[in-house]
Amino acid sequence: MNIMIVGVGGQGTLLTSRIIGKTALAGGYDVKLSEVHGMAQRGGSVVTFVRFGEKVFEPVCEEGTVDVLISFERLEALRYAHFLKPNGVMIVNDTRIDPMTVVIGAAKYPENIIEYLEKTHKLHKIDAGKIAKELGNSKVLNTVVLGLAAKYIGFDKDAWVSVLQATVPPKTIEINTKAFEKGYEA
Amino acid sequence: MAEKRIMLGNDAIARGAYEAGVKVSSAYPGTPSTEISEFLAKYDEVYTEWAPNEKVALEVAAGSCIAGVRSMACMKHVGLNVASDPLYTLAYTGVNAGLVVVVADDPGLASSQNEQDTRMIARSAHLPCVEPSDSNEAKEYFKFAMELSEKYDTPVIFRTTTKLSHSQSIVELGDRVTPEDKVYERSVPKYVMMPGSAIGRHVVVEKREDQMAIDASSFSINKVEYNDKKIGFITSGIPYQYVKEACPEASVLKLGVVNPLPKALIEEFCKNVETVYVFEELEPVIEEQVRSWGISVKGKECFTKQGEYSANMLKKVLVGCAGCNFEKAQTPARPPILCPGCPHRSTFSVLNKLKIHAAGDIGCYTLGAVAPLNVIDTTICMGSSISLLHGMEKAKGKDYIKNWVATIGDSTFLHTGVNSLINMVYNKSTATVMILDNRTTGMTGHQEHAATGKTLKGEDTYAIDLAELCKSIGVPNVITVDAFDVKEMERVIKESVASDILTVIIAKAPCALLKGLKFTSKCYVDTEKCKKCGMCMKIGCPAMTKNEDGTVRIDETMCNGCGLCKNYCKFGAINTKEI
Repeated sequence: MNIMIVGVGGQGTLLTSRIIGKTALAGGYDVKLSEVHGMAQRGGSVVTFVRFGEKVFEPVCEEGTVDVLISFERLEALRYAHFLKPNGVMIVNDTRIDPMTVVIGAAKYPENIIEYLEKTHKLHKIDAGKIAKELGNSKVLNTVVLGLAAKYIGFDKDAWVSVLQATVPPKTIEINTKAFEKGYEA
Repeated sequence: MAEKRIMLGNDAIARGAYEAGVKVSSAYPGTPSTEISEFLAKYDEVYTEWAPNEKVALEVAAGSCIAGVRSMACMKHVGLNVASDPLYTLAYTGVNAGLVVVVADDPGLASSQNEQDTRMIARSAHLPCVEPSDSNEAKEYFKFAMELSEKYDTPVIFRTTTKLSHSQSIVELGDRVTPEDKVYERSVPKYVMMPGSAIGRHVVVEKREDQMAIDASSFSINKVEYNDKKIGFITSGIPYQYVKEACPEASVLKLGVVNPLPKALIEEFCKNVETVYVFEELEPVIEEQVRSWGISVKGKECFTKQGEYSANMLKKVLVGCAGCNFEKAQTPARPPILCPGCPHRSTFSVLNKLKIHAAGDIGCYTLGAVAPLNVIDTTICMGSSISLLHGMEKAKGKDYIKNWVATIGDSTFLHTGVNSLINMVYNKSTATVMILDNRTTGMTGHQEHAATGKTLKGEDTYAIDLAELCKSIGVPNVITVDAFDVKEMERVIKESVASDILTVIIAKAPCALLKGLKFTSKCYVDTEKCKKCGMCMKIGCPAMTKNEDGTVRIDETMCNGCGLCKNYCKFGAINTKEI
C-alpha cells in the first residue's frame, strides 16, 4: 500500500504520516516513511510518503503508484495528482492557501480544482478546518483528515484510535479522538 | 523478543550511539543531521551538547576520545568543511577510545547551499567511511563504525543522506554496551602533531588504509547478493533500496564501508556478473576507483551527479521510458517563505523600503532574497555575510557600502560570524552589520545556542550577551532595536549606513515558532477603509490574501498578530484585536 500526504508546511502532515506508519506497524507490516524537514517546512509545499507491505525497499512512492493521496490543500492535490494509480483515491481538505507566487501576482491560483480532479479521479473532499473549528481547536484539522483517510487505508477503527491516543500529546487525546471520529464518519 | 519500533534514520543513529556506549557527543545543528543530537540528548547516560560550530564539536569529541571514552561529533556535509582542520590531522593521531564523526549529506538540496559528497573528503583524509541504507542498519552500522574505529585506531566517518536521515523504518532495539574507559597514556609521537611526529604518523595512516582495504573484502557489512548474473549493481546507502525496488532480479554488491573499497570483493563480483552498474548518488567515487583497476563498469554516463536518485530513474535507464511518463498539471510554485509573525520580515521590509542591499547568511532569513522582499544579494556559507561586506568595502571604498548591510542570525553569528566581525574591527571597517536575533537556531527547528541560556539537555546556563560581546571586541557603535519597531529601525539603519563608524545593529524579537511564545492579538482588515492599493501585500505575509473585489483579507488561523502590516497601510484599514 502506497500513501502520499501533501500539504503546506506547518499543516501537520508529519504527525498524520507517523500515525499511519505506526498503525501499519501494529498491523504486522514492514513500513517505511519519508519526511521533509528544514527549509521546505517554512510554508513550502511538503510531501510525505508511507509505504507498507510484506517487504518495503524504497522509502518514497513513484509517480503513478499511489493508492491513497491525502492532500491538506486544493492546489497541492492538483500538483501531485499524477502520483495516483489509475484507480487510486484522493482525499482533499477543501481549503485554499495562496502560495507567495499568487500573493504577489506572479501566478494565478487555478479555478475549480476539485471539479477538474473529480472528472478523472475518485475523490472525497472534506472541510476539515471547519469541523476542527467547531470542535474548538482548528489545529486538529489534520486528525479530521486522517479519520477520513483511515477508511480508505483499512485496519480496524480501534487500531487507529489506540495509535492516535498513544501518539498525540496527553492533553489533546479527547479532542483528537473526536476529530478522528468526525473524519471517519464523513 | 527485542522491541521493534518505527524510527527516523536520525533517531536510529542516536540509538546506535547509545547502544555503542558513546559517552560524549558534541554537534552543531544542520539539516539533515540535527535530530540525531536531539534524540541522543534524551539518554541520560550520554553527555550531549551543542557547540558553537562543527570545528569545536569535533575537537570536543576528539578530546573526550583521547581521554578514553567512546565519542562522537555530528554535523551536516558543509559543517565538515568547518571541521576539516581537526579532521585531517585526527586521521594522523588516531584515537584512544573510539571516535565516530556523523556527517549528513544532502543530495537534492532539501535545505543546503551545495551538494558536496562527504565520501570525497573521507578519501582525501584517508578515513574509513561507513554508510547504512535504512534505520536498522543506521543503528547496527554505527556500532560497527565504533568497533572499526578502535580496531584500526582511526576516526570513522559515518555518512548518512537526507533520505536516510528523514525516512523511518523498523528498528529492533538492543542493549547498551558499557566498555571500560581506555587508559590515557601520554604519547608525543601520537598526539602532538609537530612535523617530527606527523612524518611518522603519515606512514601509519597509509599502512592502515592499505590494510583496511584488504580486510574490507571480509567486512560483514560489505555483502554480495547473487541473483541473475547478467546484470549487477555496486551500490550503497539509500540507492541500494532503489536497486532492490527497480531490479529485484539483479545481483547486488552492497557496500557498508564505502572507503576504503574492498578491491578483491569488487573484482570477484565483476568477474561473475556480465554487466555491472555503479549506482551511487553525487560523485563517481566508487566508479572511478573501480575503473582505475582496469574493470569496465557503467556509471555516470547513465546516471546524473545531481540530486536524489529513484527506482523510476533506474528503470528508465534500463528499460526505457514506456509507462513511466506521467502528465503533471500546471501549478503555481509554492516555495518556502518566512512565517507569519516572523521578525525577519519586519527587518527586511525596512531594508527593502530603504533600497538597501544585504550580504546575507545561512538561516531562515536567506528567504529575504526572494520576492517580494528582495533584500539579500549574496549567500555563501555560515558567517560569510560579514566578511563579504568587508571585502566589498576594501575593494571599492567606504562610500560603496553606504547602501549595504550584512545580515546574520544570532546562532550563525556565534558559529563563525564573530571571527569576521573581529576582522572588521581590526581592519578599520565602517560597515553596518545587523544581527537578526530571534533567540534560537530557527531554520533547523529551534535549537539552543550559547546566547539562549539553555543547554541541549535543557539545563539553565550562562547566556552570552551579544551586544556586550560586540562591544568587548571593540565595535564602537552597538545598537539594539526591537525588530518590530519599524520607525526606530529605519532611523537607526539610515544613520548607521551613512556614518563612517563600524556599527552593529541587533534587531531583536523572538522567532514566531518559538515554544512557549503566546500571541495575544490578531490583525484584521476593515474592508470599508481598504483602498485596494496592495501596499500591505508588499511585506509578503502568507496570512494575507486578496478577496475577489481586490480588498485584502487576513487569515485568522495563520495570523500571529505581529502588526507589521499595519505599518504599511496609510488608510488605517488594518487593526488588531485581542484574543
